Amino acid sequence: LESHSRCSIFYQTRKYVRILKAFQGECLPSYLCASRWSSTTAPAPRITTHYSVCPRDKDARWEGVTMERFADEADVVIVGGGPAGLSAAIRLKQLANQHDKELRVCVVEKASQIGAHILSGACLEPSALIELIPDWKERGAPLNTPVTEDKFGILTKKYRIPVPILPGLPMNNHGNYIVRLGHLVRWLGEQAEELGVELYPGYAASEVLFHEDGSVKGIATNDVGISKDGSPKDVFERGMELHAKVTVFGEGCHGHLAKQLYKRFKLRENCEPQTYAIGLKELWLIDEKNWRPGRVEHTVGWPLDRNTYGGSFLYHLDEKEPLVALGLVVGLDYQNPYLSPFREFQRWKHHPSVASTLKGGSRISYGARALNEGGFQSVPKLTFPGGVLIGCSPGFMNVPKIKGTHTAMKSGMLAAECIFQTITDENFESRTAGIHVPKYEESLKNSWVWKELYSVRNIRPSFHSYFGLYGGMIYTGIFYWILRGKEPWTLKHIGEDSNQLKPAKDCTPIEYPKPDGKLSFDLLSSVALSGTNHEHDQPPHLTLMDDSVPVAKNLAVYDGPEQHFCPAGVYEYVPLESGDGMRLQINAQNCVHCKTCDIKDPSQNINWVVPEGGGGPAYNGM
Amino acid sequence: MSARVLVGVKRVIDYAVKIRVKPDNTGVVTDGVKHSMNPFCEIAVEEAVKLKEKKLIKEVVAVSCGPQQAQETIRTALAMGADRGIHVEVSGKDYDNLGPLQVSKILAALAKKEETSLIILGKQAIDDDCNQTGQMTAALLDWPQGTFASEVVLEGDKVKVIREIDGGLETVRLKMPAVITADLRLNTPRYATLPNIMKAKKKKIDVVKPGELGVDLTSHLEVLRVDEPPQRQAGMKVETVEELISRLKEAGRM
Repeated sequence: LESHSRCSIFYQTRKYVRILKAFQGECLPSYLCASRWSSTTAPAPRITTHYSVCPRDKDARWEGVTMERFADEADVVIVGGGPAGLSAAIRLKQLANQHDKELRVCVVEKASQIGAHILSGACLEPSALIELIPDWKERGAPLNTPVTEDKFGILTKKYRIPVPILPGLPMNNHGNYIVRLGHLVRWLGEQAEELGVELYPGYAASEVLFHEDGSVKGIATNDVGISKDGSPKDVFERGMELHAKVTVFGEGCHGHLAKQLYKRFKLRENCEPQTYAIGLKELWLIDEKNWRPGRVEHTVGWPLDRNTYGGSFLYHLDEKEPLVALGLVVGLDYQNPYLSPFREFQRWKHHPSVASTLKGGSRISYGARALNEGGFQSVPKLTFPGGVLIGCSPGFMNVPKIKGTHTAMKSGMLAAECIFQTITDENFESRTAGIHVPKYEESLKNSWVWKELYSVRNIRPSFHSYFGLYGGMIYTGIFYWILRGKEPWTLKHIGEDSNQLKPAKDCTPIEYPKPDGKLSFDLLSSVALSGTNHEHDQPPHLTLMDDSVPVAKNLAVYDGPEQHFCPAGVYEYVPLESGDGMRLQINAQNCVHCKTCDIKDPSQNINWVVPEGGGGPAYNGM
Repeated sequence: MSARVLVGVKRVIDYAVKIRVKPDNTGVVTDGVKHSMNPFCEIAVEEAVKLKEKKLIKEVVAVSCGPQQAQETIRTALAMGADRGIHVEVSGKDYDNLGPLQVSKILAALAKKEETSLIILGKQAIDDDCNQTGQMTAALLDWPQGTFASEVVLEGDKVKVIREIDGGLETVRLKMPAVITADLRLNTPRYATLPNIMKAKKKKIDVVKPGELGVDLTSHLEVLRVDEPPQRQAGMKVETVEELISRLKEAGRM
């Protein structure tokens, strides 16, 4: 039966090949290439249909389709409506109003509403917010929970060893607020709109545009109406071009446009590769008896072993209901390909110290996102002709403090100030069509952001000794607490996260307990709680550079780590219909835009591109 | 061809979001939850815009009843091609009690005020699944109705509607003015693209209060309680037919 169906496909293919040879095109679209079908080994089933991998100018189905785009001009275009992007927008408009200048500022954001793709602990240091909007309290910023208690512990399988938080240690939280960052970002969006910023949620920046001289001209939003197999639908429409004097890229951790910019402008030549972690988070409504509003709890240790960086957080929020935000962060430089950060998180909740808080409660939200851990050593060059990078995209997170929001906001504000100065300076003549603002990088390096990152630069790398977690804690105690990071050396990271996996045959699979449906849950019901959804008839946005690599390399050598580390169940290895062998199935609709696959894929074959705007998770105050 | 079409659009919780019942069981949590235009309303807007593009009607007016955020939904309709919008401001307790009867009174009043030839609505909203507004509006206006439309053809002063009914397809011819409600297969709604959203910001949205239209919003319904659906119980697997019969007998079902 199998050979018969192959035969008929082969004959159909030959018919199409003959038709296509009548067209001018140089090479045939790969899916109609006769050579693939006549090869002796079974061809890799076609997975990737996105136009970034299968170009449309050589695709017969796109003949005659108008590819012209509507274009509009702004002074500054900001990609990403998160804390950094919105702080930059607000600062720009504040300066414009102050100096009585007209400035058109546009923010494009892939989420359907501002704040819907935001996920963070979060324990906010209000320093940057106070600088940006000094009367934040009167304006109703949702900082409702000042930190009242700070607890830290080391977990073993059954016990919890408390560790005192002495003032001066990076994780001391006096003066900070526990926030639902999604709500704070939503509020920032409202402040921005009041100032006259044009916000466009639901529109993703999918392409960077360049002037003839190579400088950045602006961005183009995503095309809509492309079907799953890559062909145009009746409702196909091109995205729109937004041109700007300066384009600000604030896509958050591991942005997909930033990835392209690093290559094109060689921004990472003099810094170490970025290292990452994945953070998984849930919101729970708990029994009032267990509720301690203002309490911040962090743990390290179980269930992670001493050589896997990571830890947990549990914050008691003080909003009208007894809500806690809790989660697990796992460093993506882990070595065991069988490790599943999601299942580690689920089993951590069964620890007696955590289970006692959650008992009788109900889970109301779930989500995950990658975060950067490279700090000082991994900050790339921040400016290039026509654009700048702000926020978690280049990465300013203070890892031991586990805070990156305040530095992201400050970077946005500094970028805004330098951009404003440059574009309103009548005597300034730009050498390139897109304006270069190197002042921003200077300004950041002279600010408290840089001092802060410098002082904690050695803490994360200190985990890479034989002593693992304990070595890191001792290092923090001596060099940070006593010496404040003034030691003259800078430790290096160990290289790209994607290179750290050991082959599956050298590792033991981890026995995870089954979810009990009360404290721990299965993956699919968790994904449903994130509210994530995508237009189902579009090319999968998890694109593979080579469709054959997942089975040939990832599965063969590493037992398919993407099926273990994806927190949304996007990647599944399923048996082929013919019975012999496996194929990779990509459930793109489940994606929560965490970017972990793009980071951790050992073959670096997965390239996350942005799907149609408006898709993705629907987080509410995460 | 002085036809004006009124399209009703409703702002509902997005279909992919997991609904959560409020702890006091008075309703569902809506604060901060992702909302979007009711999918059937999108189809209604698309149909109206298509008629305008065919030059069969002159103006498409999008109407929504609700609090301030309803204007976002009207903007989306404007971005899809509607000419102007009307926001009927209803908030607070009035909005909680706003049901098909109140909305159809509002639509009937607006239809008379705006000299409408055609009202196109979605067949039902995905939050209450009522499937009543179109029918009630037609009754209040004493206009003919073509509900569950899967095809709409304008023929002079009449409109032919092919309806999806249980038995198959029914074709009716209605004398305008008339009410049509859109079903799934009527069309595929276009995307509201960014240039159109930008243009939509310049289109007019009039804000009206129900009182100005002479509509009384009192509801004759009182919601006593909202509960989650009962958890689905696990099934039981049986090996043989005999075992199935004995289990059914045990459970008293035979």
